[in-house]
Amino acid sequence: MNTQSLNSQQGNFQPKPTRLNIARRTAANYFISGLSILATLVVLAPLAAVLFYLIYKGASSLNLAFFTQVPAPVGETGGGMANSIIGSGVILLVASLMGIPIGIAAGVYLAEYGRGTMLGNAVRFTADVLNGVPSIVMGIAVYSLVVVEQKHFSALAGGIALAIMMVPTVTRTTEEMLATVPHAVREAALGLGVPKWRTVLSVSLRTASPGIITGCMLAFARVAGETAPLLFTAFGNQFWSFRLNEPIAALPLQIYVYAISPYDEWHRLAWAGSLVLIILIMVSVTLVRIYANRGVLKGGS
Amino acid sequence: MTTEREPGPLMTVQEPTEAQRKPAIESGADAFGGDRSPIRTYLNQRGSGRLADNSFAAVVLASACSIFVIVLFILFILIVRSHLSLVQFGWHFFTHRAWDPVSGNFGALPFIYGTLATSLLALLIAVPLALGVAIFLTELCPRALRAPVSFLTELLAAIPSVVYGLWGIFVLVPLMRDVVGPFLTKTLGWTGLFAGPNFGVGLLTASIILSIMILPIISSLTRDIMLAVPNSQREAVLALGATRWEMVRIGVLRNARIGIVGAVMLGLGRALGETMAVTMVIGNSPAISKSLFAPGYTLASVIANEFSEATGSLYLSALIEIGLALFLVTIVVNTIARLMVWAVTRGSPARVG
Repeated sequence: MNTQSLNSQQGNFQPKPTRLNIARRTAANYFISGLSILATLVVLAPLAAVLFYLIYKGASSLNLAFFTQVPAPVGETGGGMANSIIGSGVILLVASLMGIPIGIAAGVYLAEYGRGTMLGNAVRFTADVLNGVPSIVMGIAVYSLVVVEQKHFSALAGGIALAIMMVPTVTRTTEEMLATVPHAVREAALGLGVPKWRTVLSVSLRTASPGIITGCMLAFARVAGETAPLLFTAFGNQFWSFRLNEPIAALPLQIYVYAISPYDEWHRLAWAGSLVLIILIMVSVTLVRIYANRGVLKGGS
Repeated sequence: MTTEREPGPLMTVQEPTEAQRKPAIESGADAFGGDRSPIRTYLNQRGSGRLADNSFAAVVLASACSIFVIVLFILFILIVRSHLSLVQFGWHFFTHRAWDPVSGNFGALPFIYGTLATSLLALLIAVPLALGVAIFLTELCPRALRAPVSFLTELLAAIPSVVYGLWGIFVLVPLMRDVVGPFLTKTLGWTGLFAGPNFGVGLLTASIILSIMILPIISSLTRDIMLAVPNSQREAVLALGATRWEMVRIGVLRNARIGIVGAVMLGLGRALGETMAVTMVIGNSPAISKSLFAPGYTLASVIANEFSEATGSLYLSALIEIGLALFLVTIVVNTIARLMVWAVTRGSPARVG
């Protein structure tokens, strides 16, 4: 009696799995798995293609002259991008000097003072939104602010544009890294009578410093390849320039100019410049990744 | 962990120390007959007074508020500088087809069309691929491969825009012109989307470059969102006898769908504002045509190309108005996207990429 009713119930609940049904579901499973593996391969293909072409076309043009000479005039062979490499260095230095301190301080506010407050959430949200603003818009804004006032293009304007782009990244990383510092450490410092500002500087920030350095380097690598905000701010320069209030050459800018030019010699230099740029960026990103994965902060929280 | 994250314990520890310190100062003042206890004097000499604490808080607060200032300032200066064009053209600026710097007649419709066409086409290509990568990374990938593969996909995001542009000009454009283009005309020519002369540069090439550039953003965010889905959901679906794909579909994707839409919108925001690579391969012609082989123009690339040679204040202010439109649109798209991603990943711990 009992078993009979149970059997009939089972019949109602669960139709007997037919072989066809199982085969269909298994096939769908394998099909989708195959598709997702294929998608991954398709996505990795452009990466391989870009890197292959950079090495294939760029490596042959790399020589000592590339790193020591300024660009040659049209029609002459030779010449290098030494002034662009130095110029990029100057602009990035200016940007880091302005962007990183502001970013870290804002991150400290979010993590140590503004946690859970209305203002803190608003700042966090604005930083995320600022992160998504197109870089060309930063270029126009800084042009309107600095270049129009100064009446000429300058390295300083380029640095300001890149600094604005660095701030949100640095802020969010600093906040996230400070959040991993255990509260017990802060409480220990505060319990000893150490004032809050010193607790933040010598305890929280020091504990989180590997992660914060990682964030700063990621922000640095991100703006190092930016061209759009430099078009109307740093402007580019064919000659040596170290002054902050003069137009200055930058590696991405020079690559852009050479890439859209009609000369083979310049195309060759553009490939070589791209290879140098990408090596600089990839080395810093990879270092950061290895360093961050070593688990300096894994013990936190 | 949740209790540690809240400010509660910190406040409760801090307050007793304040409360204890005050009586100590009182008694110190009594005992030594001075205004201040030696401890207080010593701490003040070390810069540990209330003044230092407050000024540090003020500096930090000012830095945080500077982010607001930056955003408001960009908005303000863009409005001021585009005033001329705002007044002259009004809303017609965005529905007007002409772009004629010589006679001073400006309309942004061709650029809006180019931007929307390339961004949406890029999303169409990138979203299925990004979902595939995210599913592979979270559900299928062997543990040993997981870190290298996700690192490689994120390396795609580290390649600068200008390098993609260079690669596009010298590798992708010839490929589109000689191989992919003729093939598409032969097979899909009847749709009318692949008609007309094919120079290699144009909307389709720009969309392909864009899709490569936004892929890592969408896939890494989608991966984070899928990882934020609790394992109990997966286990529950598997326990009902589901295959792995059914588990992903029912247990993971359905739970994560709002966040995935948010990730896609973040990708859209990035695609709308992407400048250099698009400028280099889109062909730069302010025309609206149905064919995907036709050269076009986007909002960002017209600024990049024409801003530094714009003569006349009306021309300049029209370009700045395009920048203003781009700024406002990306802010709206990003705001919606962030809210959606936040709604899903709120509970999960922070991650640094």
